[in-house]
Amino acid sequence: MLMFVARRLLATIPVLAMVAVFVFLMLRLTPADPAAILAGDNATTEQVAQIRAKLGLDQPLLTQFAIWGGRLLHGDFGESFFFKKTVAELIAQRLEPTLALATATILLSILIAVPLGVIAAYRHETWVDRFVMALSVFGFSVPVFVIGYLLIYVFAITLGWLPVQGYRSITQGFWPFFERLILPASTLSVIYVALIARITRASMLEVMNEDYIRTARAKGLSDRVVLIRHGLRTAAIPIVTVIGIGIALLIGGVVVTESVYGIPGIGRLTVDAVLARDFPTIQAVVLLFSFVYVLVNLLIDLAYVLLDPRIRY
Amino acid sequence: MFKRSLFLGTVLAGMAVLATALPASKAAAQVTLRNVMHSDLKIIDPIWTTAYIQRNYGYMVYDTLFAMDEKFEVKPQMVDKHEVSADKLTYTFTLRDGLLWHDDQPVTAEDCIASIKRWGARDSMGQKLLSVVKEFQAVDAKTFKLILKEPYGLVLQSLGKPSSNVPFMMPKRVAETDPMTQISESIGSGPFMFKRDEWKPGDKAVFVKFAKYKPRAEPPSALSGGKVVKVDRVEWLAIPDHQTAANALIAGEIDYMEQPTHDLLPVLKAEKEIGIIDWNPLGNQYTFRFNTLHKPFDNEKVRQAVYYAFNQEDFLKAVVGDAAYYKLCKSMFPCGTPLESMKGTEGILESNFAKAKALLKEANYDGTPVLLMHSTDLSVLTNLAPVAADLMRKAGFTVDMQSMDWQTLVARRSKKEPPAQGGWNAFLTSWVAADILNPVMVGFLNASCEKAMFGWPCDPEIEKLRDAFAKETDPAKQKAIAEQVQARAIQYGTHIHLGQWYQPAAIRKQVVSGFLTAPAPVFWNVTKK
Repeated sequence: MLMFVARRLLATIPVLAMVAVFVFLMLRLTPADPAAILAGDNATTEQVAQIRAKLGLDQPLLTQFAIWGGRLLHGDFGESFFFKKTVAELIAQRLEPTLALATATILLSILIAVPLGVIAAYRHETWVDRFVMALSVFGFSVPVFVIGYLLIYVFAITLGWLPVQGYRSITQGFWPFFERLILPASTLSVIYVALIARITRASMLEVMNEDYIRTARAKGLSDRVVLIRHGLRTAAIPIVTVIGIGIALLIGGVVVTESVYGIPGIGRLTVDAVLARDFPTIQAVVLLFSFVYVLVNLLIDLAYVLLDPRIRY
Repeated sequence: MFKRSLFLGTVLAGMAVLATALPASKAAAQVTLRNVMHSDLKIIDPIWTTAYIQRNYGYMVYDTLFAMDEKFEVKPQMVDKHEVSADKLTYTFTLRDGLLWHDDQPVTAEDCIASIKRWGARDSMGQKLLSVVKEFQAVDAKTFKLILKEPYGLVLQSLGKPSSNVPFMMPKRVAETDPMTQISESIGSGPFMFKRDEWKPGDKAVFVKFAKYKPRAEPPSALSGGKVVKVDRVEWLAIPDHQTAANALIAGEIDYMEQPTHDLLPVLKAEKEIGIIDWNPLGNQYTFRFNTLHKPFDNEKVRQAVYYAFNQEDFLKAVVGDAAYYKLCKSMFPCGTPLESMKGTEGILESNFAKAKALLKEANYDGTPVLLMHSTDLSVLTNLAPVAADLMRKAGFTVDMQSMDWQTLVARRSKKEPPAQGGWNAFLTSWVAADILNPVMVGFLNASCEKAMFGWPCDPEIEKLRDAFAKETDPAKQKAIAEQVQARAIQYGTHIHLGQWYQPAAIRKQVVSGFLTAPAPVFWNVTKK
C-alpha cells in the first residue's frame, strides 16, 4: 500500500514537469504583452520596452524558462508582475475562500444528491423517480450564472435574507462566514446534485438486482438496512469517483460563481491573472490545479480499498 | 421559583445594560463608505503606471502642489503662494504651513523637488517641462525655485495636471526610487491614509481619514480647495461583475458604484433609493487611431477619406445608446473646455461617402485591406470597430476586422511590423477628457515619428506648433495656436475624434451625498448618514 502511494506520488513529478513546460510555452506564444498592460494606456512604446526589460521579458525564451524552472525547483513560484507579492502569498490569500466554497458545495451536494438518487432507485419508474430525473436534467441544463442571479434576486434583493456578495473569513465569526456561503454553495451545488444523483440512481439500480440483495430481503431485513448497508455501500465506488472528480473540478471551476458572488478566491485570481497576462501567477495556479487533480485521483483510489475489501494495491 | 426570578432578573438587567450601551456604541461606530471602483487596485505607484485606478488611489493618498478647479483654472493646493519673476524664468513656490506626511514628518521643499523629477521622468507633459528646466533650488524647508532655460507657458498647468500621470508629491526617500521601479511605500500627505495591512488585491483596498491633514480654507471645487474628509474609512471593494455590483448597491451593501454600464442605468434609475450622479461632466472622447507606418494609412489622402466616411452619431448610438449620455463634438479638444474649437472641421465627420470615395481615387487606393483591431471584452469599446468597419466599407475600403481581447490589442498596437507580420492599421479607444485638454496633453497629437505613441505620426509642423503652444504664456495666443494644431492634425490625420460620452456613477442617494464633480472620482466632502 505504502509503495503504491509512493509510486503514485513519484509519478506526479513528470506530469507536473510536462504541465510546467506546456503552460510556460503556451503563455509565451500568446500575442499579449504584460509590460504593455502594466504601463497603462497613455504609455509610450519606449516606456513599455523599459518595463519589458525590467520584467526580464526581453530575454530569450530558454533563459526565461531556465530562470523560472530553477526557482521552481527551490519551491519559489516567483513574484507576480502586477501585485508585487510572491505568488505563493497570493495563492495562500485566495485559498481559504475557494476551499470553503468547494467544501460547502460538496457537502451540500452529497447530502442532497445521494438520498435523492437512492430514493429514485427505490421508487424506480414511479413519479418520484421521474421527478428526481427531471430535477437532474434541470440542474445540468441551466447555466450557473442564471441560477446565481435568480437566487440573488429572490433571497438577497427581494427577501433580504442573505447578502448579495462577498466573503468573510471564519475567523471573523461563524455566521458572517456561513451566511455568505449559502447562496454561492447552493448555486454551485445544483450541477453536482444533478450529476451525483444520477450516478447514485444508476449505480443503485444495478446493485439492487444482485442476488445478495434478494437474499438480504429474504432474511427479513428492513428496506432501510437493505438499501443503505447492503445496497449503497456496494454502489458507492462509482459515486465516490464522481464526487472525487467533482472536488477536483470545483477547485478550478468556481470561476463563474466567484465572479457572480464577488468571492476573492483562486478562480477569480486565475481570471485576473489571465486577463492581465500575469505569467508567474498563471503558471503557479495551473501547476496547483494539476497537483490537486493528481492528488484527488490518488485519494479516490485509496478510498476504493475502504469501500471494497477485495481491492488491494 | 427563585431560580426563575433570578433568570428573569438577569435577562432584564442584561437588556438594560445593552439598551444603555447601544447608543454609545453607535456613536463610536466608524462611518465607512463602501465603493466599487471601475477596477481592482493592484499597483500602488501612480507615477509608474498611467492606469486610472492608480490615479484615483493617488488622489486619496497624495496631495498635489496645484490642482484644477471646476472652471479648469489651476489653483494652489499644497502651495501657499507662488511668484513668477519678471523675465518669466524663475518660479518660486512656498508650501503651506503644517503639511505632514502620514508618518508625521513635515513635507519639505526637497520632497517636492524629488517628486517633480520622478514624475517628469515618466509623464509626457512632465518630460516636456523638465526639458526646459535649468535647475531646481531648495531655498529653505518650505520654499523652492524652479528655474527655466526659456519662458514656458505650461508650468502651472503641468504641476496641476489633473489626470494620468498626476504630479503627486511623495517623501524624498520614496521619490528618489528609480522611475522604472515601482514604489512599495504608501506614505503620502493626502487626506486619506492607505491601510496596507488590510489591502487584499482582488478583494478590497482600505483608506482611513488622515486626522492631521490640514485642508485649505477655500470650499472644494473639482480637485482644488479644501479637502475635508467627512467619513472615517473608505473601502474599495473588488466586484468585477457589474450586475453583482448593481445588486449590492440596491441591497445596501455598497454606497457607490463608479461605472455602472449604460444598460444597467435604467434598472438602477427605477430604484427609488438609488441616485445617478454625473461626477465627471467633461466625460470621455472616443478616438480612431491610424497607424501611419503602413499601407494604406501611410497616405495622407487615404486617412482624410476616413474623416469623411465617419460620423460621430453612429458610434455613440452603437455604444452608449441613450442620447442623455453622449454629445456630438467636432472639436478635438473636449467641448466645454477652454480650447474647444471647430477650426478645420468643416465637412468632416458627416459620412460624405462621395467625398471619401473621391479622395481614395485621388490617392490611387488599390484595395489594400485595413487591418482593424476589434476589442471585444470592454463594453464601452466593443461596438466601435464594427461601426467603423461598416462606414469604411461604404466608402470603398477593404476592411479586415480582427477580434481580440483588449489586452491582446494593447500588446499588438505597440508592434511596428506590417499588418501581415502581426502589426496593424487602425484601432479604436477612448480618452478621459481631462487627459486631452491641450495639444501637449493629447498623446495622439505627438507627431515626433519614432518617439510618438503607437501609430507613429511624423509631422514636423505639428511638433513645431505644439512647442510654440508650450512656450506661449498668453492664454489667447495659446488658443490660437491650439486651433492651428487641430487644423493641421486633421489635415495630416493623426487620429479621429468620435464624440464625447459620459459615464455617471450610481449612489445610495438617501445615505450618501456631497460627491464633487471632478475629472477623477474623489471622496473628500462626501458624507454618509
